[in-house]
Amino acid sequence: MGGIRTSGDLVAWMQLIKKMKLAEAKKYVARKLGIDLLDLTNEEVMRQLRQDLGIGTTTSVAGSPKGIRAKLKVAELLDVPINSVELFKSQIQ
Amino acid sequence: MGDGELVSMSAEEIKEDIVAATQEAAQRAEIPELTADEIEQLFDIMAEPSRAVSVASGQEVIVTDDGCSMSFYSGQDGGGVGIPMSRLQAVLTYERACAADTTSMGHSDYSFKPVKPIINFEMNEYYTTSMMTTAPFLYGAQPNMGLYFQPDGPHPNPADLLPRGKIKEAQEVQEAAAEQLRQDLVFVGKKLNGIGCEGLNFDTAGSAGDADYWAALQAVSDLRQAAPNLPIIMGGSGEFVLGMHAEVTFNDKQLAGMYPHEQAKIAEAAGASIYGVAVGTNTNESLAWNIARTLTFIKEAVAAVDIPVHANVGMGVGGVPMMEAPPIDSVTRASKSLVQIGKADGL
Repeated sequence: MGGIRTSGDLVAWMQLIKKMKLAEAKKYVARKLGIDLLDLTNEEVMRQLRQDLGIGTTTSVAGSPKGIRAKLKVAELLDVPINSVELFKSQIQ
Repeated sequence: MGDGELVSMSAEEIKEDIVAATQEAAQRAEIPELTADEIEQLFDIMAEPSRAVSVASGQEVIVTDDGCSMSFYSGQDGGGVGIPMSRLQAVLTYERACAADTTSMGHSDYSFKPVKPIINFEMNEYYTTSMMTTAPFLYGAQPNMGLYFQPDGPHPNPADLLPRGKIKEAQEVQEAAAEQLRQDLVFVGKKLNGIGCEGLNFDTAGSAGDADYWAALQAVSDLRQAAPNLPIIMGGSGEFVLGMHAEVTFNDKQLAGMYPHEQAKIAEAAGASIYGVAVGTNTNESLAWNIARTLTFIKEAVAAVDIPVHANVGMGVGGVPMMEAPPIDSVTRASKSLVQIGKADGL
């Protein structure tokens, strides 16, 4: 689906963590992002939206969240527990 | 062809192969054949004039991988291109430059047994890398029970016992090896879960037969109890669980002889998050034949369970020719068919 270039990572999180079938996972992610299903793979929409939400972009933007900081925001956006994020949160509290 | 040879076929020959393959798969697994409409759709995909083909907009699926980033730095035997990169560099390159939906790392041997003595190295590298990745980052390896038999492991080899008629002895050593494998899978899983593992991949489960498959299922079940939030992908090693033991059961169901729709069901019952279906490629048959056969198994497996089902599409599985540089025509036609007709939740 394009990974962090579009929304493939987000759909993958829902399959892995919530065991959602593809259609359900796509609908869930689109709803959380507030976009149409077709825009999940629309680079023109997703590139800016990812930067605005701070959930990581495929091109490197200095100072913009990536890695665990981006995943912290992904977990909040999707409302799912990501194991690495849970560990990270336990270390900074 | 299934060996990668470029051949020219008439429309009738392609359709004959599709029909023959779906009948063969349906008969073996006692599942429905592809419908007339699906056969027509598959023919249309096979007959597309473009070299590379793709799904329609909106039908894209996610791709999980079994050590794809290892292909940056490994050699020919691992499908690798031999670039001197660290595992961290390879994972980040795969995620950001290749726009991968998920990434992963694993031991170069890609089996769980050799991971156990170096688990602290793996935990450190996984932890460091997971701080830098954004997409789901998995740890993958194969259960590979074969490594537990002599001369590589402690147990007498059933391949030596079976030809001598020592059936009971061969079953007992497999049971002992499977229990040890199960413990190692759980050990590694718990250790990785302790450092925030985002997902574990039991790749190619059952490669040494039904006892190997049992160990993976039991480990999934054990880890589901010990680490309820740890996502676990379980992938099969073929369309048919080999009955090397023949009497192993899980949840009172015989594992030997299970086809993909039954494999997916038992993996779901064990607690797997995603099940990966593997269907072997017949090198003597055409691409259309191999894709149609795979499609027949995949379609039924996807429909059989509520968890996502991914189709293994690589060198020698999923309709893709058995060669180290599979032609892009065949890879894209297999992928498109499995998604659009087979309704796979991912590849």
